[in-house]
Amino acid sequence: MRKSIIKLENVWKTYTMGNVEVNALQGLNLEVKEGEFLAIMGPSGSGKSTAVNMIGCLDVPTKGRILLDAHDISKLGESELAQIRGRKIGFIFQQFNLIPTLTALENVALPIVFQSVDRETRRKRSTELLEIVELGDRMEHKPTELSGGQQQRVAIARALANNPEVILADEPTGNLDSSTGETVMSFLQKLNRKEGKTIILVTHDKNVATHADRIEFLKDGKIIKSLNRKGG
Amino acid sequence: MLKDYFIYSVRNLKNRGLRSWLTMIGIFIGIAAVVSLIGLGEGLRITVMSQFGFLGPDVLGVQASGLAFAGPPGTGVVEPLSDEIADKIRKVNGVEASFNRYIESVTVEFNDRQEIGISGSVPEGKNRKIFEAMVNLKAEEGRLLKDSDTKKVVLGNNFKDNDDFGKGIRVGDKVQINGIDFEAVGILEKKGSFIFDNVVLMNERTMFDVIGVKKEEVDVVAVKVDNINNVNQVKKNIDKLLRKERDVKEGEENFQVQSPQQTLEALNSTLFAVQLFVYIIAAISLAVGGIGIMNNMYTSVLERTKEIGVMKSIGAKNSAIFTIFFVESGLLGMVGGIIGIILGMIFAFGLSAAGRVFLGSELIQASVSLFLIFGALLFSFTLGTAFGLLPAYQASKLNPVDSLRSVK
Ligand SMILES: Nc1ncnc2c1ncn2[C@@H]1O[C@H](COP(=O)(O)OP(=O)(O)OP(=O)(O)O)[C@@H](O)[C@H]1O
Ligand SMILES: [Mg+2]
Repeated sequence: MRKSIIKLENVWKTYTMGNVEVNALQGLNLEVKEGEFLAIMGPSGSGKSTAVNMIGCLDVPTKGRILLDAHDISKLGESELAQIRGRKIGFIFQQFNLIPTLTALENVALPIVFQSVDRETRRKRSTELLEIVELGDRMEHKPTELSGGQQQRVAIARALANNPEVILADEPTGNLDSSTGETVMSFLQKLNRKEGKTIILVTHDKNVATHADRIEFLKDGKIIKSLNRKGG
Repeated sequence: MLKDYFIYSVRNLKNRGLRSWLTMIGIFIGIAAVVSLIGLGEGLRITVMSQFGFLGPDVLGVQASGLAFAGPPGTGVVEPLSDEIADKIRKVNGVEASFNRYIESVTVEFNDRQEIGISGSVPEGKNRKIFEAMVNLKAEEGRLLKDSDTKKVVLGNNFKDNDDFGKGIRVGDKVQINGIDFEAVGILEKKGSFIFDNVVLMNERTMFDVIGVKKEEVDVVAVKVDNINNVNQVKKNIDKLLRKERDVKEGEENFQVQSPQQTLEALNSTLFAVQLFVYIIAAISLAVGGIGIMNNMYTSVLERTKEIGVMKSIGAKNSAIFTIFFVESGLLGMVGGIIGIILGMIFAFGLSAAGRVFLGSELIQASVSLFLIFGALLFSFTLGTAFGLLPAYQASKLNPVDSLRSVK
């Protein structure tokens, strides 16, 4: 049995807008094992992004516990959360979210900058990563000079910069055509298979979800169905 | 790490191009005003000091002033001081010595070229030594005047290497003053004073007999006070005496009793008033510039909300975000400051160069010290960061999820 890396226990998230309360998560329970490739599916507004943001330490739950490596993150302060985000988590977004004023190489190096690693190491590591995502010839390009698929590959490289254990991808193919999306997915799959990275993927697309080992279906902030594609 | 924030900040400022420059206008106007003003002020102070500073605090000068009531209206004729006044002043309590001085513009001809010069009289007898001590007169070459000298002059230091005559005047050279042959017997030491470095000194009697100056029309009475602490009292006494002598009421004086120190102070206070005015303008434009920076930074935080969310999601702490925006506002201030310093220096040195060319005098001098430059740089950086403090704090406190959800 593989070690559990992420565990959500009865997690609630309530947003208050004026006097209206929205329960984005309503007692969500979820466990992710080390090296697992998990897909989360569900209708719009079902709380997928909210859940992923919690796992990524971008937000803390209103109620319940989130365990990362058996540590409860709901109790941590801003700077410790930032530290965990930088070291253990790699984010990939639907809109790529690269910094427009920085080159591909600088974008990839940015998470390492926040960890105060020296320049030379940073440069070496980011160059390597861009070569892995097959963008060795686009290192000095700004995001606007890259295609969507290329930008998302830069984002993947950036997510890997600090060699995190977990990759969180919130609809990474949502803005890409299916064949480009397929390339991106094959990179993610490779990361999972070859590097043993734990990947949590949010998607609307059944075909995309088929890359995962397990699919969880979310509705109204709760898991309503699980699908195991591989025995385990 | 700070270096990386720096690079990132510079990129962002460049990216905002024109907006960044516009923001800095207030800063560079303000800094330029301050730098040129302090630069010129220092220079002016040095000049003023060297013009009058060598005269001791125990010296008073008495001059006729204002329009003479006797003259036809509008002709501006001054009722000159009479030559007996000095003797009367000498009897005033606290006066150690007092003597007449005559100042006359003359033509100086040498090496077949003619120039206009200012000749000043040197008193004779025991007053000669007092006068020499009063203005600290020393010959660099040759000697000072003696009572027995006629048609002899002692020249200010500038005559020694004056290009106007094609060559400098040396001790023993013949010069024509108002067309009459004189011998230069001495060259004065350099004083740094425009007046004394260009003076043509001759004996009082030479001035009456050879140049034809009227003995009865005294230009200045020089007074030496016996005790520095009594200067003000002595001045009052002389005022009183002259009011009686010249038959004028208090407040309607047609003469002036001034000490060089007072002249300096008067000049300084005029200078100060002008400076204060420019400082106020500078302060206003700096405040406007600062608010401009603040506004620019707030806009930038709004525009980059998503970017801030992204940076937080990849591990930026609040402190890192704060530093990024803080450095950026400081840079805005500092670049504005650099341009301001350059403009200010161009203005200050330009004005003093213009003074040399058009007025032919060294009177306007700029002096921009390294201390001033670094002070201005530090100040503009601090100003930028001070106004960037709030926007940077706001940026650092943004909630990561909300920022990521923002459209831009
Ligand atoms: N910051 C917020 N303030 C208020 N309400 C919020 C906030 N974030 C999310 N919500 C609400 O919480 C619910 C879940 O949102 P979430 O973004 O997690 O949905 P999602 O499953 O990711 O949807 P989609 O597939 O459209 O991305 C929605 O009803 C949304 O309106
Ligand atoms: Mg979503």
